[in-house]
Amino acid sequence: MTLDPRAFREAGRTALHDPSLRVALGRLKTHFALGRAQAVERYGDWESLREQGRAIRDYALARLDALLEQFERNVVAVGGRVHWARDAAEARDVMLRILREAGAKSVIKGKSMVSEEIGLNPFLEANGIDPVETDLGEYIVQLRHEPPSHIIAPAFHLNKEDVAKTFRAVHDTLDPDRSLIERTELVAEARRVLRARFESADAGITGANFLTAEEGAAILVTNEGNGDLTRLLPKTHIVLTGLEKVVANLDHAAVLLRLLTRSATGQDISSYVTVMRGPRASDESDGPQSFHVVLLDNGRTRLLGTEAEDVLRCIRCAACLNHCPIYAAVGGHAYGATYTGPIGAALNPGLMGVGVAHHHANASTFCGRCADVCPVKIPLPKIMRYWRAREYTDGLAPKAMVAGLGVWAFLAKRSRGYRLATAITARVLKLLSRNGRVHALPVMRNWFAVRDFPAPQGKTFRELWAARK
Amino acid sequence: MTSRPRIGLFVTCLVDLVRPQVGFATAKLLEQAGCDVEVPVQTCCGQPAWNAGADRHTADLARAVIDAFEPFDYVVAPSGSCAGMIKLHYVESLAGDPKYLPRAQTLAGKTHELISFLVNVQGMKTVAAHCAARICYHDSCSSLREMRVRAEPRELLASVDGLSLSELKEPEVCCGFGGLFSVKYPEISERMADDKLADAQSTAADLMLGGDLGCLLHLKGRMQRKGVKMRVRHVAEVLAGMAEEPALGES
Repeated sequence: MTLDPRAFREAGRTALHDPSLRVALGRLKTHFALGRAQAVERYGDWESLREQGRAIRDYALARLDALLEQFERNVVAVGGRVHWARDAAEARDVMLRILREAGAKSVIKGKSMVSEEIGLNPFLEANGIDPVETDLGEYIVQLRHEPPSHIIAPAFHLNKEDVAKTFRAVHDTLDPDRSLIERTELVAEARRVLRARFESADAGITGANFLTAEEGAAILVTNEGNGDLTRLLPKTHIVLTGLEKVVANLDHAAVLLRLLTRSATGQDISSYVTVMRGPRASDESDGPQSFHVVLLDNGRTRLLGTEAEDVLRCIRCAACLNHCPIYAAVGGHAYGATYTGPIGAALNPGLMGVGVAHHHANASTFCGRCADVCPVKIPLPKIMRYWRAREYTDGLAPKAMVAGLGVWAFLAKRSRGYRLATAITARVLKLLSRNGRVHALPVMRNWFAVRDFPAPQGKTFRELWAARK
Repeated sequence: MTSRPRIGLFVTCLVDLVRPQVGFATAKLLEQAGCDVEVPVQTCCGQPAWNAGADRHTADLARAVIDAFEPFDYVVAPSGSCAGMIKLHYVESLAGDPKYLPRAQTLAGKTHELISFLVNVQGMKTVAAHCAARICYHDSCSSLREMRVRAEPRELLASVDGLSLSELKEPEVCCGFGGLFSVKYPEISERMADDKLADAQSTAADLMLGGDLGCLLHLKGRMQRKGVKMRVRHVAEVLAGMAEEPALGES
């Protein structure tokens, strides 16, 4: 599956008519939105917590350079190394170099959206290294050669039957008589295969939910425990993440954790929260012998100081996806990008260019639910609108829309002309209507493609009001 | 302030063009609430340009609205969407205009969506209206999340004689109108409309009310295309006792 944000319209159309995807997306509400609402309710003063979270992220972004340098010093102090990657290509090269130096052939991975962002898996495979995903959802989409369709639930677009079919097709050691109907049976089957990979891996790659500058720690949230095994079992552990993930200290991270798990899965706390700091110390009996952190920029710092910078506050909880009617209609794959839903719509134009990700910024009604549920109060519609304005001023907006708006604005700025135009339009529409509706017109074809236009009353309010007086 | 506040009625371009009756219902309600209503020269609030990123057009239209409406005690619109534009986005649009920015801020402070104005500012508790119907109420996203209006229309509707309200299961979900969105992504808009219509039909309501004509035109248009028999009106028509007139899209 190739990722192309420019094909959003076509991919979205296909998705709208995919019955099994409809079933899967129907679970957004029951699986995520409901749980979040209940967790927020249980918590109590959620709004104060959100405000605290926003402030913590803004504090970090305002001194990003200093915190990152402090983070690096503290990672080095406990025997780890920090690597900086300006873009995806640099990040891939750094990862390959570290793995080659470690002599790693077999690699296990915790879920990392940054790994998806830089296209790490195909790159490693092309270079003779075999990566296997250990997050169940990520493992499933890896087997299917698909990208994740959701930030925290990579296989959200699939139903249980799809997963069973995939395991039967790919797991050649799977007994054909074994039942794969229940979720637990699917988990057990994945665990059976992954166990051997965990034990034989040369290196483990994880993402990080937060980095803390004062402690030089990376924090990882999982529900499967796969992140811990990925860190602890192999000789080498690499944390790959975006450089905006840094916060001042563990206290700040603790506040964000409260926001993250409730917003993401409706859990008060996830099953595992792992604080990962340096390699195995001399008095420790387990843990990696070498520890690396690879920090990716890839366009993030370019957003600082722009109207889009608030998007960097994101803690990747996916609440915005789970409450987005556009995401619920087309699913994640239609976006053709790693980051989907409202956060993708606000972030991707910044990372990829508005000319590439223009659909993401435009395919929104600005309904505002995303901003309402965002745990760090990112004004997502406002940022999407900012990208539309950039698209418009950069001359990238569709010519027909610009011309149409031009004509409309010309009239709207001239009250008399506008009054005449609306009086004529109201009458013409009324004349063209049958049974209270206009069924088709040679203009506004996309309106009439899916709906009629209820007939106007025939005269404008301004005419009638003037006559009344 | 005098005992009768002077209202600049921002009628909205859709009401002006398609359904003047909503404008008259609005004026009637405002007068019942003890206000003097005037209709200054106006065209559009500029929201289509703003949402499209056409910032120069938006600023031009915003300045015209400010010029026309700042003499009034209040600006009231029968729409959460247009009121939200004036209240929240003019200050963003005119952030770089030192002459108009303070005026935009002042105007924002006195701009209201109709129903919330009646209830929260003028203290209206009941209306004297009759409408024998089982209704469902469509909250527009801008009313809900920009203007934070939810309880007010329900409070006034509760006093309408003969009317009963069946709530949608998901009143907070967008109907898929979104202005130009409805023509930029018609298939997604269609899906969202159909989800909303299914929700509305499951309430067994025979009349849908709402506070934003944009959503209602989109939903009624979709009903007409699909042959769904549900009448649709702006809530102001019912509150003003004008529910005897033909509903939206009825000849």
